[in-house]
Amino acid sequence: MLHDDTGRTLFEKSRPGQRGTGEIEWDIPRKGLDSLVPAKLRRKKAPRLPELSEGEVVRHYTVLSNKNHNIDKGFYPLGSCTMKYNPKVNESLARLSGFSTLHPLQPADTIQGALELMWRLEHMLAEISGMDSVSLQPAAGAHGELTALLVVRAYHLSRGEDRRKVLIPDAAHGTNPASAAIAGFECVTVKSAQDGRVDVEDLKSKLDSDVAAFMITNPNTVGLFETRVEEICAACHAVGAQVYMDGANLNALVGIARPGDLGFDVMHYNLHKTFSTPHGGGGPGCGPIGVKSHLAAFLPSPRVRNSDGKFTLEKPSTSIGPVHGAFGNFLVMVRAYAYILAMGPEGLARVGRNAVLNANYLHAKIKDSMACKYEGPYMHEFVLDGSPLKALGLHTSDFAKRLMDYGVYAPTIYFPLIVPEAMMIEPTETESRETLDRFAEIFLEVLRQCREETETVHSAPHNLPLKRVDDVKAAKDLVLTHPFE
Amino acid sequence: MSHRYIPLTSGEEKEMLQAVGVERFEDLIQAIPSHLRLSRPLDVPPALSEMALSREVRRLAQKNKGLTELVSFLGMGWTKHFIPAAVDTVVSRSEFTTAYTPYQPEASQGSLQQIFEYQTMVAEIAGCEISNASLYDGATALVEGLIMASACTKGRKGFAIASSLNPRYREVAQTYASSNAWSFHDVAWTADEGQLDRKSLESTLAANAGKIAALVIQTPNTFGMVEDLEGLAETCKAAGAVLLVVNDPLASILVDPPGAFGADIVVGEMLGLGISTSLGGPALGYLATWKKHLRQMPGRVVGRTLDADGKRAYCLTAQTREQHIRREKATSNICSNQGLMTVVASVYLALQGPKGLEEVAEQCATRLAHVREGLAKAGIRPLFAGTPIQEQAFRLPAGSRARVESACRTAGLLPGVWLADHLPKVPAETLLVCTSETHSKQDLDLLIATLSSAGGQA
Repeated sequence: MLHDDTGRTLFEKSRPGQRGTGEIEWDIPRKGLDSLVPAKLRRKKAPRLPELSEGEVVRHYTVLSNKNHNIDKGFYPLGSCTMKYNPKVNESLARLSGFSTLHPLQPADTIQGALELMWRLEHMLAEISGMDSVSLQPAAGAHGELTALLVVRAYHLSRGEDRRKVLIPDAAHGTNPASAAIAGFECVTVKSAQDGRVDVEDLKSKLDSDVAAFMITNPNTVGLFETRVEEICAACHAVGAQVYMDGANLNALVGIARPGDLGFDVMHYNLHKTFSTPHGGGGPGCGPIGVKSHLAAFLPSPRVRNSDGKFTLEKPSTSIGPVHGAFGNFLVMVRAYAYILAMGPEGLARVGRNAVLNANYLHAKIKDSMACKYEGPYMHEFVLDGSPLKALGLHTSDFAKRLMDYGVYAPTIYFPLIVPEAMMIEPTETESRETLDRFAEIFLEVLRQCREETETVHSAPHNLPLKRVDDVKAAKDLVLTHPFE
Repeated sequence: MSHRYIPLTSGEEKEMLQAVGVERFEDLIQAIPSHLRLSRPLDVPPALSEMALSREVRRLAQKNKGLTELVSFLGMGWTKHFIPAAVDTVVSRSEFTTAYTPYQPEASQGSLQQIFEYQTMVAEIAGCEISNASLYDGATALVEGLIMASACTKGRKGFAIASSLNPRYREVAQTYASSNAWSFHDVAWTADEGQLDRKSLESTLAANAGKIAALVIQTPNTFGMVEDLEGLAETCKAAGAVLLVVNDPLASILVDPPGAFGADIVVGEMLGLGISTSLGGPALGYLATWKKHLRQMPGRVVGRTLDADGKRAYCLTAQTREQHIRREKATSNICSNQGLMTVVASVYLALQGPKGLEEVAEQCATRLAHVREGLAKAGIRPLFAGTPIQEQAFRLPAGSRARVESACRTAGLLPGVWLADHLPKVPAETLLVCTSETHSKQDLDLLIATLSSAGGQA
């Protein structure tokens, strides 16, 4: 391939003296750098940035982009990540100059449309989740978790209680304990029961007046709804603890049930999962939090207020303060707002419904070949137990790599930790039955190969830009920047 | 009822329920107690066609007065620069936009190599050895820097903070302070040049001996002045602390970067370098440091390796610092970062190269000098003498603010940031003016004329 110069960086293609932008005109007299910056301060050694023409830069990135799997190109069944279709109109609307040229320190009377959009989106998210108030400021899900825990902390402190502990199920996302630690709490693990749900008795035994919050993902990370949610919330509330819902799996509940009605006090949303904004290869996301009224006074500042259609910004003295330099990832909010408007009540009702149906349909097609550790029906995703592969000398990672040879991305693997050789599959509501049927066929074919052509699977992938990547060497040698010499 | 984003027809839904072995959808959600289910449609506006939806969102966009309608000199951490068309062309590609975090390297080499190149560019600009794969924004990058500095100093919780730090950053850091048991100790600025007061630093370090994790200093500082970082790393080291610098990447094209002075951690904001201001988000926080501090570094990082055929390859690495493995002992809770914004910044930096960037910085500094000279004729002086790059604080006459604001409103001008609104220690009429290559001579002269007539002494 002419342009597929495997792994060759911009820096190796660079040639001194070239550039991809033209010289800017001078309509005022040029003074020269020597008169602007004293010699003592001047940079001695220029940064070794690439020097290339515009066309070379565009081709470099275009060739690179073709080495990415992406949702527009094919199925992306990454459990817990909700890789749904990203509507194109949202992209063009987020690029409107009336949004993209705004400065965060502009006077409120010059950003009325932006403030109105945020105010409306806050209220829509509150309605969808049954919460009373929403802050859009956190920039990603983990940022939302941390912000929510700071809100919970401020709430307890306002009541004269310096509670030290946060309870977290063993099946939780790693961000939960990491966020709790940064929010200054001690993490206590709650066990999962035989059925894959929270062990409510274990939870109760760990609840006391030093517990600030219980963080729980619902549906949980094995795709099951926490049936005893009312009992869980009541037990927590009995000792004054707040119940936090990790909203990573909110897609399963949209239009079916609302976290606020289930008894949760606080939650976060992932606009880049449930509300269709693109993942961008790892961000930008947006991780708003929703709270019941007793926590609202503590939400991050500034808050958007609406008095008869005039929008203002307010910094309540009870707020925990800002958690982002500006308002958060505003253009992601624009996309989510457009998504909710496009869906309407009937469309949103089909989000949860079809996400659940697709997951159970796909599960039904493969369940006789590979089982889940826990029994369904499942909500939006299911987690297969890949341990039978071990008898064939294979691992879940081998299976995942081979799947990718067929133009689909691998499921989430080795998570949650309570399922051995876990393979977590989430199809989302935006996949067609044909895609699910075809994926099931591929899945069964790879499983056949595991038995009959073990080496093919063991050495996969074979049809991707690269063969198996050596991540052990990467961690051992640690080449984290281009070595220029 | 069909919906354009949802492929299943009602006929297919029925057949699929049969295939699952249930009669009704409700059989699949038996785990949800029926009294907890939503029994009514959500109270959100009725679904809109793409045409009506566009109309509604455009209505909101048009209610704003963007920087295309107003002549703006607002900065303080968010700067506006020209964005070449090729940037948006590349970043609009679905292959970048609709990919997930590159967990499976064989199907994600595009994002991985791009991040590796981004890391290299950031390390080069900051003058350090390594960089992570991105943080949310400049302010949260500072917070991550504080956590990291504490870890680098065996858990010290005190921070000597230059009072000339961006007040927004300071405010965000404050939000995270009490839960981390951090204490912040202000270090004064010098009265004549607005630079870090070394005597104040020494007394702060002495008064908190053994407790200070880092000196936190911003360059150029909030008054726009380049800080002379000479010797600070040594002072910090002698006190057992690290040097944490909040750094404007564009300024460090012209002046020696923090890494050249031995700064341990360099953080900052990349918005402006290909990234539109967008009400301040999505922005792009960066963090650069040294290999010796890798184990304390927050966030993802991409490394170079080989595939089974010996071809060059890239993958996420050094993950034993991260939340999905270390859980409560992770260096940070960050998971999703600002991935796509690193594509934007990388394409911009690759197009500009060192020469293009230097020229943009020179344009900014020259245009700022033009404003400075114009204002001087009306007796309006900078708050401090020193070396600014793209922004500078000016002191307008006492009592002139209302007059100036009114004149600017009439002229369609946002003249800058009134610094006292954010930093109470500065005089009430201090205006922070940010210039860029996008300001024409006409824009600059409009600012000079408006400020001179409403706030000048002439």
